Amino acid sequence: MDTITVTVIDRGNTSNTLEAPTDIGLNIMELCKVYELPVAGTCGGMALCASCHVYVLSEHELPPPTDDELAMLDAAFFVQSNSRLGCQLKIKEEMNGLILQLAPVEA
Amino acid sequence: MDQIQTVETDIIIIGAGPVGLFAVFEAGLLKLRCHIIDVLPQPGGQLTEIYPKKPIYDIPGYPSVLAGDLIQNLLRQIEPFKPGFSLAERVESLDQQSDGRWCVTTNRGKRYTAPVIFIAGGLGCFEPRKPPIDNITAFEENGVEYFVRNPEMFAEKRVVIAGGGDSALDWTIYLANIAKEITLIHRRTEFRGALDSVEKVQQLEHSKKIRVVTNAQVVGLKGDKKLEFVDIQHDTEGLFSLATDFFIPLFGLTPKLGPIANWGLAINNNAVEVNTFDYATSTPGIFAIGDINTYPGKLKLILCGFHEATLACQSAFKIVHPDKKLSFKYTTVTGIEGMVPS
Repeated sequence: MDTITVTVIDRGNTSNTLEAPTDIGLNIMELCKVYELPVAGTCGGMALCASCHVYVLSEHELPPPTDDELAMLDAAFFVQSNSRLGCQLKIKEEMNGLILQLAPVEA
Repeated sequence: MDQIQTVETDIIIIGAGPVGLFAVFEAGLLKLRCHIIDVLPQPGGQLTEIYPKKPIYDIPGYPSVLAGDLIQNLLRQIEPFKPGFSLAERVESLDQQSDGRWCVTTNRGKRYTAPVIFIAGGLGCFEPRKPPIDNITAFEENGVEYFVRNPEMFAEKRVVIAGGGDSALDWTIYLANIAKEITLIHRRTEFRGALDSVEKVQQLEHSKKIRVVTNAQVVGLKGDKKLEFVDIQHDTEGLFSLATDFFIPLFGLTPKLGPIANWGLAINNNAVEVNTFDYATSTPGIFAIGDINTYPGKLKLILCGFHEATLACQSAFKIVHPDKKLSFKYTTVTGIEGMVPS
């Protein structure tokens, strides 16, 4: 399977169904930007800004966060137990059906 | 005197990242003088400040180069052109003089004038991350501090510090001997700072020199003009208030467009709009290059910024020398004065 489906609930509570290729090393932050969802991706995907902060709503088992991601989440706001940085989630086949919600924008 | 010092040059470059630095080289080929201003204390922008040890793989001619090494190479490449540097200085205002030249003023009260401005500000200025507390700005300088500039101001005061990283731990330890009372608040149980600092904080807590509240966040601020109380939301114990004189949230830095947003330039989604002919902004004489600009098809890549800088210099020449004809030369033909070929 080269394409999976990811659902992203935006900050207006609209559910967006995104088709995501699994074979080009795309991450969730980049996918959201491709679909023009309001994700800034300010740092370019280095886990340095938290502008791609998402909540994982489905039960998928995702790769554990790296130290860099944990450190960034520690300094971020609106963090919950299901918080992840979209830029650190590389799109893989196992993520088919993943449901995410965009965290609020930091001031 | 600092206040009246004015630097005059051909191009003022705001931002000492890779694109700002390379602009000096291309300007130098056209014999244009440059002065670079950056808020950070060293050149290199994000590359030296945030990821000096990360390899970059898409610089033409380099299969892989460490970010810090790329900056060192760029500095060597522009050395023959002897650019001026004003580091650890934040550009505050930009005004046009009656003679058409631009005047930049910095937070140190210094003035720089030139007919051309290159904004190469990357992500913008790094500013402290402010916790999402509604009235936090009302208490800034009235009890809320994002940096510890002068530790003595906390002498014999009650201080609440929030955060779980190195700066929160380090300042807790430092201020423990100065302040009357220190409370460190952290959202989680574990601290991610250096082990050494974590242990020190634990010792201070055991000896009752400080108080540590984990699994809690500051959610509200109260006071009549000056801060008097912080409201703390604890995961299991609920909401409570704590009397304090100061609240120091230490959650790192985040990039902001900063004063550039107020210069009357066309801005789109936190970036400066430019044309793709010469990367000029909506204001004649002001160009924006690198990550800070936007145009249809924009890619935030260092190599694209190099290209943008090169074309912007061509137009800059025509502004600086309206009466001279610009002739394009290859460096393979003319070489670079002062550069020893490797």
